[in-house]
Amino acid sequence: MRTEELVSLLATGNDATDLRRPQQRFLVATLAGTAVAMLVMSQWLGVRSTLVRDVTAPLFWVKEAFCLALSLAGLLAVICLGRPGSPLGPVWVRIAAPLVALWLLAALTLIAADQAHRAELIFGQTARVCSARIALISTPLFVAMLAALRGFAPTRPALAGASAGFAAGSVGALVYSLHCPELEPPFLGIWYVLGVLIPTSIGAALGPRVLRW
Amino acid sequence: MGEERLRGLLVGGLAGDGAAYHSFLKELSAHLRAFLRRRLAQIPDEVEDLVQELLLAIHNQRHTYDPKQPLTAWVYAIARYKLVDLLRRRSRRELRNDPLDEEDSLFAASDTEAVDARRDLAKLLADLPDRQRLPIIHVKIEGLSVAEAAHLTGMSPSAIKIGVHRGLKALAAKIRGEA
Repeated sequence: MRTEELVSLLATGNDATDLRRPQQRFLVATLAGTAVAMLVMSQWLGVRSTLVRDVTAPLFWVKEAFCLALSLAGLLAVICLGRPGSPLGPVWVRIAAPLVALWLLAALTLIAADQAHRAELIFGQTARVCSARIALISTPLFVAMLAALRGFAPTRPALAGASAGFAAGSVGALVYSLHCPELEPPFLGIWYVLGVLIPTSIGAALGPRVLRW
Repeated sequence: MGEERLRGLLVGGLAGDGAAYHSFLKELSAHLRAFLRRRLAQIPDEVEDLVQELLLAIHNQRHTYDPKQPLTAWVYAIARYKLVDLLRRRSRRELRNDPLDEEDSLFAASDTEAVDARRDLAKLLADLPDRQRLPIIHVKIEGLSVAEAAHLTGMSPSAIKIGVHRGLKALAAKIRGEA
């Protein structure tokens, strides 16, 4: 087939293209994945009983704001990496800003604390299970994000896979935060971030394999 | 210069203007050919195949174009992705192949009339299952309407549309060597 014939073939019977379709698919994937993550968290671990009391603690809102900011950054990163040629500058800024802010706060907290108290600020009560739980809770959304990305056209598959993992991990952290009793920034800065990085690195490895087009 | 004009044609095409879309693809293929000739100077035989693969990819992914975005950035990212993919496929093939083939390709490469694609899309098209092949033939090659094609094949209009859509994606997958 000559190229001219292919051009005619592709242009013939051209219908209007719905440009909102990939975003709609992405939105459905986000909502469905988050809903399943909520279900897994509430059935498996349960929303913690002290949640109502924590609502008055400023550090509770720091934690929620951190998880929410990372989630939004991650979800927007997925959309950017799904569109060929989208500039990535704003993606890095949106991801770095909440991380840097939390790490600064964590450093200040550790500096201000006396030495005997520091280990507790870092390890809390649940350091052993936290990261793995976040990674597990993020799994349904992770799969949904990868499926949604296949409806886009990622030209950097490793980075796109990583963004899917990052978005899922961050939303997973947000969901897990409703169970998790830890509020200290040093704890979040290590174990929450590690929990997000687990699906992120899996995504980077999977991307080139599952996102080809 | 060319960018604004091409962008206008694509935006028109996305809104359903077939003539604009035809001009867009036609002018784009000339740009792609020139771009790839420079980058594939060592393997001119691959140029036209890759032009066709890119046209198909751009058509299949046209819903990912954001009209607010520069067209060059979008097309370039797709072209670079497919170019890297092609070079990776080739290096894998060359690793598997006998070194003698290497000598053969040396002579083949001296041939400069690379206007025709070596890969025949019509043959790949013939390998598609009926539910994809027939809609493409009736709607995209013979130019029938979706309703006419549905009447002719006994398929539903939505099955015709899905057949065209999935068939063109399957064609792209065949080019990649996946199916």
